[in-house]
Amino acid sequence: MMIKPLDQAVGSIEAMKAVFARDMKVAFRQRQDLLNPLLFFMMVVTLFPLGVSPEISFLQEAGAGILWVAALLSVLLSLDHLFRHDFDDGTLEQLVLQPQPLFLLVLAKTMAHWVLTGLPLVLLTPVLGVMVHLDGNSIAILCLTLLIGTPVLSLIGAIGAALTLGLRSAGVLLSLLIIPLYIPVLIFGTGTVAAAAEGAPVGAYLALLGAFLVLALTLAPFASAAALKVSLSNS
Amino acid sequence: MWPFFHKLGSPKWFYGIATRLMPWLLVLGLLCLGAGLVWGLAFAPKDYLQGNSYRIIFIHVPSAFLAQSIYIMMASAAVVTLVWRMKLADVFVKATAPVGLVLTFISLFTGAVWGKPTWGTWWIWDARLTSMLILLFLYGGVIALDRAINDEKSAARAVAILVLVGVVNIPIIKYSVDWWNTLHQPATFKLTEKPSMPAEMWVPLLLSVIGLYLLFGWLACLRMQTEILIREQRTRWVQDLFHVNEGVR
Repeated sequence: MMIKPLDQAVGSIEAMKAVFARDMKVAFRQRQDLLNPLLFFMMVVTLFPLGVSPEISFLQEAGAGILWVAALLSVLLSLDHLFRHDFDDGTLEQLVLQPQPLFLLVLAKTMAHWVLTGLPLVLLTPVLGVMVHLDGNSIAILCLTLLIGTPVLSLIGAIGAALTLGLRSAGVLLSLLIIPLYIPVLIFGTGTVAAAAEGAPVGAYLALLGAFLVLALTLAPFASAAALKVSLSNS
Repeated sequence: MWPFFHKLGSPKWFYGIATRLMPWLLVLGLLCLGAGLVWGLAFAPKDYLQGNSYRIIFIHVPSAFLAQSIYIMMASAAVVTLVWRMKLADVFVKATAPVGLVLTFISLFTGAVWGKPTWGTWWIWDARLTSMLILLFLYGGVIALDRAINDEKSAARAVAILVLVGVVNIPIIKYSVDWWNTLHQPATFKLTEKPSMPAEMWVPLLLSVIGLYLLFGWLACLRMQTEILIREQRTRWVQDLFHVNEGVR
């Protein structure tokens, strides 16, 4: 009887599923951590009507941008948790030692991060969109751009989180490294909504956002995996 | 080919070559930049539209040129760091990132000064200006990450990854902002076309660009030498170098 070699005992896809399921389970045992980015998102959005102007005309014009910036910041805030706990308790080292390619496992972790952070932000957007007086069409387009855009934010952010793992003042450093890389996503995300508001076709914008997603999905996990290895050899 | 490649990786060999190369780079660079600037600032004809204010181009364009090409050079060095683990490549990235930051700042600053008389405003959220600002942030991030990691080898690899991620982003930034808003004039020099300005204007401009490249070469050598001395301070050849200089032996 043939015995499977140990390193092929679990296929890559199964390992990804296992990592994904584990991250979901861990997250749901720390529910407050799931809620925090959402609360932050709502609070940042609240600051703009109070701090700049509650005029309906201003909010209608700036609303999509405000929601995008707030979503971007709240993803940024949640990135610190992506690898931190696993790094502290040694799980990350075990992941690196797995026979399956590390970039696939990192991709699974990043996908879990998006489901736990990005997706709730998208679901919350219609409510906040009504509060900043966006019309129905704009809200729909905004949700669509966030649905395509927030996974890109998670994927790029994972690179920064991996690079700054275990460093002093990692949070500020992470923002410094990642915000320049987020700018194109922000430009096209808000550009889509602006184009839709003017009645222009949005297909090209959405296609470009989709291109960002494909690019990030294929390249970012490699960079994150390489960065994780560097950070772990450093500690 | 390979012996040369291995030599290139040796800090000691580079130190020697750089010492011999640097006077040439400095003298030629100063000559070119000096000639370009004096010609451009004092003797080149006035622009029929912008008058004398266009003369800032002789500082603005060279520094913007360099700011972008330094990042591309850093990215090439980052590939070398990740693939061949060559120490010198990492020394190059570390030594030139602050130079790139300063040149990006100079090009933004001179751009603002030039913008005031021609566009009537110091700053505008235009495609080119914004992408240079993002380049400034990228340089800042690279330097900050390098300073934050104490271990030399980890810092080298982490910075290389960041630089490469940034270089993927550069064309995206360029095109995303191109789509978005534009006031800045198109590039002054293109490899494929004849410059649209008269020779009395573009020759001094080309001279200052070449001069600044040479001066950058000199500064890069100097900064790399300093970095090499710090890193290799415990090795025999560095200690020998200083004993000989002080006449102790």
